[in-house]
Amino acid sequence: MIDFLRSVLGREAPGSKNMAKERLRLVLVHDRASVSPHLLENLKEDLIRVISNYMEIDQNALEVQLNREDDSVALVANIPIIKMKRTYQDVKI
Amino acid sequence: MGEVIVITSGKGGVGKTTTTANIGTGLAALGNKVVLIDTDIGLRNLDVVMGLENRIVYDLVDVTQGHCRLKQALIKDKRFDGLFLLPAAQTKDKTAVSIEDMKKLCSELQEEFDYVLVDCPAGIEQGFKNAIAGAERAIIVTTPEVSAVRDADRIVGLLEANGLRGPQLIINRIRPDMVKRGDMMNIEDMLDILAIELLGVVPEDEYIVVSTNKGEPAVLDMDSRAGQAYRNISKRVTGEQVSLIDLEYEEGLVKKLKRLLGLKG
Repeated sequence: MIDFLRSVLGREAPGSKNMAKERLRLVLVHDRASVSPHLLENLKEDLIRVISNYMEIDQNALEVQLNREDDSVALVANIPIIKMKRTYQDVKI
Repeated sequence: MGEVIVITSGKGGVGKTTTTANIGTGLAALGNKVVLIDTDIGLRNLDVVMGLENRIVYDLVDVTQGHCRLKQALIKDKRFDGLFLLPAAQTKDKTAVSIEDMKKLCSELQEEFDYVLVDCPAGIEQGFKNAIAGAERAIIVTTPEVSAVRDADRIVGLLEANGLRGPQLIINRIRPDMVKRGDMMNIEDMLDILAIELLGVVPEDEYIVVSTNKGEPAVLDMDSRAGQAYRNISKRVTGEQVSLIDLEYEEGLVKKLKRLLGLKG
């Protein structure tokens, strides 16, 4: 009855299409990353470059991946640190 | 020199073959010389949709393996002089055709025809690679479902990786009533996600079943709504500007009520 009133009054009933759109959005984050395997590799290289300014890291053990939760996708990076640089240089100008 | 267009989708059952038959017939009705190639080896269907299944003598594999000349394998359509079908082989192995075979075949055909439409099999395996090999333009067919749009997105990526840029989208089997009540993705939703150009929208239409039963493409039926949509799409393929058909053809009770009450419809 409420749905009927809503539709008569022109208020948008919460249909399932938003669920479809949201699920698609999430699944495509993953699909698109795997279609271009270079993406994560390039990201990895960039991360190494930036982080190396601040600390010494184990480049071979570095892991970067997309993790899927129920309603979100997260970029998860596991970066083992070998040692911190003693003199942290203020960002180069 | 004609244009080679591949019709693809990734997912099966979204209407690739129906679309190929209707656009091909639509283009021929506009006076173009058109050839349709069915590349779904082992599962050929374009012949039955076109109503030409009884006329097949030779097929695609006979041509690529040199058992007959290309001209001998082309089946002339019942309705249009300028429309031909090159059927897929039904009994041979999928590996019987190579990428080079398809490139050669397409370039030979485009010498003679205005449009060469390649009906691609479902999937992204060898058959897909063959179908896109000779194409210079791609039409992706999808339906307003999560699975079909997901596969379409993958196809966009694969086409791009193979140098086929700027594919165009056909949204098939849309149900305006479901879109209206928010239970089906609308045109904007899908364009937003896929980010490619829209070629046309085809409403769900029972007549498609009837037309396939008869072997007469719906594009020739003036009363079919899907047929109208395919007529417009055919014109757009040739570069003509045609506005989208109005999907809200049924003025329901709700809309009438809203109008009476002065609310936005």
